[in-house]
Amino acid sequence: MEKRVVFRSPWLPYLLVAPQLAITIVFFFWPASQALLQSLQQQDPFGISVEFVGLDNFRALFTDEHYLASFKVTTIFSVLVATIGMSVSLLLAVFADRALRFSGIYKTLLIWPYAVAHAVAGVLWLFLFNPTLGIVAHWMRRAGIDWDPVLNGNDAMTLVVVAAVWNQISYNFLFFLAGLQSIPKSLIEAAAIDGAGPGRRFWTIVLPLLSPTTFFLLVVNVVYAFFNTFAIIDTATSGGPGQATEILVYKVYKDGFKALDLGSSAAQSVVLMAIVIGLTIVQFRYIERKVQY
Amino acid sequence: MLSIKHFARAAIVAALAVVSGAALAQTEIQWWHSMTGALNDRVNEFAKGFNESQKEYKVVPVYKGAYPESMAAAIAAFRAGNAPHILQVFEVGTGTMMSAKGAIKPVGQVMREGGQKFDPKSYIGAVAGYYTTSKGEMLSFPFNSSTTVFYYNKDVFEKAGLDPNRAPATWPEVMAAAAKIKASGASQCAYTTGWPSWVHVENLSAWHNVPIATKENGMAGLDTTFQINSPLHVRHWTNLKDWNSKGYFTYAGRRNEGEAKFYSGECAMLTSSSAAQANINRNAKFKYAVAMLPYYADVKGAPQNTIIGGASLWVMAGKKPNEYKGVAQFLTYLADPARQAQWHQQTGYLPITPTAYEITKKAGFYDKNPGTDISVRQMMLHDPTPNSKGLRFGSFVQIRDMFEEEMENMLAGKQDAKQALDTAVKRGNDMLRKFEKTAKE
Repeated sequence: MEKRVVFRSPWLPYLLVAPQLAITIVFFFWPASQALLQSLQQQDPFGISVEFVGLDNFRALFTDEHYLASFKVTTIFSVLVATIGMSVSLLLAVFADRALRFSGIYKTLLIWPYAVAHAVAGVLWLFLFNPTLGIVAHWMRRAGIDWDPVLNGNDAMTLVVVAAVWNQISYNFLFFLAGLQSIPKSLIEAAAIDGAGPGRRFWTIVLPLLSPTTFFLLVVNVVYAFFNTFAIIDTATSGGPGQATEILVYKVYKDGFKALDLGSSAAQSVVLMAIVIGLTIVQFRYIERKVQY
Repeated sequence: MLSIKHFARAAIVAALAVVSGAALAQTEIQWWHSMTGALNDRVNEFAKGFNESQKEYKVVPVYKGAYPESMAAAIAAFRAGNAPHILQVFEVGTGTMMSAKGAIKPVGQVMREGGQKFDPKSYIGAVAGYYTTSKGEMLSFPFNSSTTVFYYNKDVFEKAGLDPNRAPATWPEVMAAAAKIKASGASQCAYTTGWPSWVHVENLSAWHNVPIATKENGMAGLDTTFQINSPLHVRHWTNLKDWNSKGYFTYAGRRNEGEAKFYSGECAMLTSSSAAQANINRNAKFKYAVAMLPYYADVKGAPQNTIIGGASLWVMAGKKPNEYKGVAQFLTYLADPARQAQWHQQTGYLPITPTAYEITKKAGFYDKNPGTDISVRQMMLHDPTPNSKGLRFGSFVQIRDMFEEEMENMLAGKQDAKQALDTAVKRGNDMLRKFEKTAKE
C-alpha cells in the first residue's frame, strides 16, 4: 500500500518546495543556460563585442588535437582513479570487516581522509612529492629513484591519481563496509560448509551481493574523477608537464579564466555535461541490469 | 513643551550633521592590486600618504588575488558595471587590456585631462615603451617592473675552483662553469631558471636584438606572427635540451620555483626576476652575486637590453570626470622621483624614471647593496630597438603557458628543439588569429 501525503491547501506545497527550486534555478539552470548561450558566441574578455558564431566553437574544439588529447588524459585518469579507488577500498573494507580488535580505530582512521578538502589534499601531496619542496621526493632522490613530476608526465599522473584516490578511499570504504555487513552470514557459512575456500566465497557470493553498492560507487567515482578532482590537479600540477595531467574540466577552467576565451570554455563545459549525462544513462541502462538486488 | 533651548540644540545637531556629511563626501577611488606581504604594506603606505596629503579623494587599495585572478575579477566587475578605477595588470595582460578599447582609458589621456604635468619621455625608455602605443600614447602607468637577471652562488663557485668574483657573461661560459661544478660536486645542480618563457624566449630575443614576432613584436599591429623558430632560438633551445640531459640545467617549473632551488643552495646559478632578490637575501645562507643575463657573444648586437616583467596600472573606463582627476593626481603622486626611489630601494623593482635612479645612486644605495643596480643598467644599456622595446600579444597568458608546455615536451625527450619551436609558432599564431578576430569587431 502506497502512502501518499495529501495537502489540503493549494499553495502550501509550492511554498515548501520554493526555496529548493530557487537554489536549483539560480545555481544550476541559470549558469547552465548561460554556458549554452556563450558556447554559441565568441566574445572578447570584457564582453564589449559579442558575436554569434553558431557551432564554430564546437567545430574548433573537435579539430584541435590538444582538446582530443585531453580526452585521452581524462579517460586514463578516471579509469585509474575509479578502479584503483574501488579495489583498494574494497580490500580495506574486507579487512576491516574481519577485524575483531581495534576495529573502531581502523574504521576511524580509514574514514578520516574524506574530511580533507580536495584542494588541501592536492597541496598535501604536493608538499610530499614535489621535486623542489617535497620531503618524500628528497628521500626518493637519495635512494636513487628518478622522480620528477615537473618534467615526467607519467610521474605527474601518478601523483594526481594517488592524491585523488587517497581522498576518495574513505567514501568507498564506508559504503563497501556497510554493503559487506549487510550480507547474511548464513550464506557464507553455508558455502564454507560446502567446501568453498575464501576466494571462491568472495567471488561467487560476496561480490555479486555487493553489486548494488559497487554500481552506485562506480557512478559516483566516475563523476568524482571527472569533476571533483579539479582542485587536486590545480594545486598539484596545474595540468602540467606539457599537458600530461590536463583533464577536461581543468581545460575548461584554464581556457575560461586564464586565457579568457569564454566561448571555447563554455563549449567545452557543454561537451563535458553531455559526456557525463551520457555516461550516467549508459550506466543506468546497461550495467544496472546486471545488478542483483 | 518646545523651548528655545530645545530648538537651539536641534539646530546645532542639524548643523553638525550637515558639516560632517560634507566632510565624508570624499570621492573614493578603488585600486585593485595583487601585491602581497611586504609589497602589500608598501601599497597601503602609498594610499595612506596620498589620502593624508589632500582631502578631496580617498584611494582604497584592495588585494584581489594574484594577477590572473584579479584580472578575471576586474573583467567580471566591468561586465557587471562596477569596475575599479585603477587595476594592476601584469605585463602579459597588456595585449588583452589594450584591445579592450571601451573598457580602458589611456593613462596619457587621463593625465592630460586631469591637468597633470606628464611627459612620457621622463620615463626610462625600455620601461615606458612596453606600455606605449606605436604612436607614442602611453596606455598604462608602469608601477612595478622587473627584468631578468643572473644570480650565482659565490661559495659554490669557490668550492668548484671558479673565480667567485667573476660572473660568467656568456652562455658557453655558464655551461663551462656548470661542467666544473658538476665535476667537483660542489652543488647538486648547476643551473636552473624561473619563468622559462620570459627568460628563454622573450628576453633571449630582446637581449640579442632578434625579433620575437613581426610588427615590432606585435606593437604595430594585431596581424603579427611569431618568429621564435629562428636559428638563434633553435640553437639556444637545443643547448637547453643538451644541458638538461647532461645534468647541467635542471627544469624547476613554469613560475619561480627555480628561485627556491637557488636560495636553498641546491642549484648554483639562476636566471630569474630581479624582484627575487628580496627573497634570496632573506633565505640564502651563502654569499651570492647578481650579474647581467648571459648571452651569445657571437651574435651581432648582443647584448642589447632586456624586456620588463611585472605589472602596470590601468585606468578603467566608465567613471566620472571628477574621479579621473583624482586618479591623475594619485598617479602624479606615485611618479614623484623621491617616492619612486624609495619604492625601488625597498622592493627591488626598477625605478621608472632616470631621476629616481640618479637619486638612489647619489645616496650610495648601490654601493651599499651590490647587485641592486644590475637590473637598471641592463634596461638602460642601449636605447630600445623595435625588437627590444617590449611585446604586445593578445591571449599572451595562454601563449606563454603553451611555450612552456612545448619546452617541457622537448626536455622530456618527446621532440627536439626545432620541432618544439615550430609547434610553438604554429599554436601561437592560431591563438593570435583567434584573438585578432574578437578584437577587430
